[in-house]
Amino acid sequence: MKTTPTTARRLGLVSCHDCRLLLKAPPADKDAVACCPRCGSVLHARKPNSLSRTWALVCAALILYVPANTLPITVTTSLGSSQSDTILSGVIYFMQSGSWEIAAIIFIASIFVPLAKLITLVYLLVSVQVRSTRRPRDRTSLYRLTEMVGRWSMVDIYVVTILVALVKLGAIATVEAGPAAVYFAAVVVITMFAAESFDPRLIWDILEEEA
Amino acid sequence: MDSIRSHHELQPADSGGDADPTSPAEHGRLTILACPDCDLLNRFPTVTQRTHICLRCGAVLYRHRPDSIDRSLALTCAALVLFIISNSFPFLAMKSGGFIQQTTLISGIVELWRQDLYALAAVVMLTCLAVPLTQMTGLLYILAPLKWANRPAPRAHRVFRLILHATPWGMMEVFMLGILVALVKLGKMATIVPGISAFSFVVLIFVMAWAVSNLNPAELWDRLDRRR
Ligand SMILES: [Zn+2]
Repeated sequence: MKTTPTTARRLGLVSCHDCRLLLKAPPADKDAVACCPRCGSVLHARKPNSLSRTWALVCAALILYVPANTLPITVTTSLGSSQSDTILSGVIYFMQSGSWEIAAIIFIASIFVPLAKLITLVYLLVSVQVRSTRRPRDRTSLYRLTEMVGRWSMVDIYVVTILVALVKLGAIATVEAGPAAVYFAAVVVITMFAAESFDPRLIWDILEEEA
Repeated sequence: MDSIRSHHELQPADSGGDADPTSPAEHGRLTILACPDCDLLNRFPTVTQRTHICLRCGAVLYRHRPDSIDRSLALTCAALVLFIISNSFPFLAMKSGGFIQQTTLISGIVELWRQDLYALAAVVMLTCLAVPLTQMTGLLYILAPLKWANRPAPRAHRVFRLILHATPWGMMEVFMLGILVALVKLGKMATIVPGISAFSFVVLIFVMAWAVSNLNPAELWDRLDRRR
């Protein structure tokens, strides 16, 4: 049908991030902040500083991922003896006690998804920076998937919340949240911000610049 | 349907004229949208019954929603009632020996706070209480005046933007999965009884998802336009 794709950028148009109104791009004046006349949000052709912002957040999350997985997430005190559990030892416990579904849920949500999400973001960032033109559609789908599944990692934090609230049977048993819980929550929140700050249109910009 | 018609009377096309020679948007029969994921300009009829997908990257650009305002308003009201029920009763009770311990969402947050885990308490409170509540009351604030007074509420465009930015942070369905995992985990050491609120939580999640999926942002933005 068409040989060169007609993009908003090629025609000097800007699409509002919040309400999608198409507008003539504001003049490139550093001090001026243009706002969408319909919804009032600040206009940008692309998400501002997308690459460096995403890199910074991905690095922070990768660093926090280590204590999140090595420190105990819960400390259970039962009849005088106390037991610390990391995320992984929780998964192993469920496997040994035969709850395969729960072991799989926790493994996927708490260990696999956050790491896969960070690796995917690194891959997308690198692919944009080396100006790759390969399979842009698949990379965009990958980005959308990353953005969608990240929230499910929060499940372990909620499990800890419920355990902490429920298991305080006086002298018999108590559950306390370990230091990993805070690190882990930070990993999930920071990766969500990282995914949000990446702009998938950068993948397609390269295609047009190289053409 | 009238309201959609004026959607995207392209300003650049009005003022520039030479922006896109093939753009018939001025006639109000076609909507032009730049794909949020790949920037491609997509054109489709303004009055349409279909879902439109970006030709280049497959992003969903437009979903047809009949009676969008009525339906999301009704569902939001239902969700708000369910939300109040879900937070007024315990969702799990644990029986062990002579002890009975039960918990609501709020008592869980309070317990985290008591253990000096302020950051965790804040995260759970935001994602399971504050964001869903903002979403529901915000939608009511926007939709009710459109339905009954046929005009937008003051600053409704701001409220709608807040809702759009807050939505990814509402995680009630993830919390539900957390309840299930905790149920299995504790089931080994004590008798666990799900409370009323566990059931109303399940219904709430579906009703809320249904309410959000019935929203038609294109139609709403057109009616909330702050230039009017
Ligand atoms: Zn697209």
